[in-house]
Amino acid sequence: MQDRSEPAPTGAVLQVDVWRGDASGGELRRYQVPARENQTVLDVVTHIQREIEPDLAYRFACRVGMCGSCAMVVNGRARWTCRTHVKKVAADGVLELRPLANLPVIRDLATDMAPFFDKWARARGTFQPKDAPDGAVPAEFHVVPPSSPKRQAADAGIECIGCGVCYASCDIVAWNPDYLGPAALNRAWTLVNDVRDGARQPRLDAVKGDAGCHACHSTQSCTERCPKGLDPSGAVAGLKRTLFWNVFGWDR
Amino acid sequence: MRLWVIQRVTAMWLAFAVLVHLVTILAAVQGGLSAAEILDRTRGSLGWLGFYAAFALAAGLHGAIGLRAVAAEWLGWRGKRLDAAWVAIGLLTAGFGISAAYGLYAA
Repeated sequence: MQDRSEPAPTGAVLQVDVWRGDASGGELRRYQVPARENQTVLDVVTHIQREIEPDLAYRFACRVGMCGSCAMVVNGRARWTCRTHVKKVAADGVLELRPLANLPVIRDLATDMAPFFDKWARARGTFQPKDAPDGAVPAEFHVVPPSSPKRQAADAGIECIGCGVCYASCDIVAWNPDYLGPAALNRAWTLVNDVRDGARQPRLDAVKGDAGCHACHSTQSCTERCPKGLDPSGAVAGLKRTLFWNVFGWDR
Repeated sequence: MRLWVIQRVTAMWLAFAVLVHLVTILAAVQGGLSAAEILDRTRGSLGWLGFYAAFALAAGLHGAIGLRAVAAEWLGWRGKRLDAAWVAIGLLTAGFGISAAYGLYAA
């Protein structure tokens, strides 16, 4: 490990090991960052880039937990860094930051999210409105009661911000690179439950099999680590259940 | 996906069949039945033959499908040819069990 930090500032200091490198490999480098009473992991990364090493690559946008850009592996665990307080995860004043697992690294802490979103497309993660004759509005569009069981099942997974934390935490993705992963399957389950969607059966066909929901072992790291508190593991179970009855010709 | 359905259905059957199997063993041992007495009961019994044939078939398929998933994830063994091999292994395992059950039936 190489020490490329500025002279230690007076006062409390965080020891921050950051993975630096690219697709061909890399190493951890240690930086010293002033510890503050209130700071997020993203604040720490930003400090390193602005004050110590301007060529550090990382990604963020909203800083308030909406955009899903800033996820990294913090002390061995994938997290959204903008809403992770340092004092919650680094009690001993040491942080280790790595790029998200299960995705190709572009440089330093920035991963290529393309495989992740390609799988959303493969799982038919886009809403496909039902059709009605003569350009009329389909009946399902008139009123969708928020309290209806179908809508509640759809709403349960709809707040996904696409941060990739579940994908990086999933053992099955690590073992089987073709596996669609928790986020894409959560999205598919959301749309399967949307009464206004017209692509239920093709979507169910797209998410079955060895690369789809049937590869899941329900180890539930996705649900455990989702920063939005969603339950992708439950969504996968829902898809399995629906597809099970589907084999016997029942649509439930 | 069919494999997954087979896996689930055989699992349900196995959960029941293993219980019956264990309870039967315990009951037979408690009662102090000899091998000859056990054979007396299984010989010509279509019920026991059917039960153990279905048990062996389920165990063979369930085991092979499970091993297929383990091999794919841990060893990277995937593909149509290997799938055919797993089916063969599953049926072979089931065949051993079924022939044993038939042996008790025809003894």
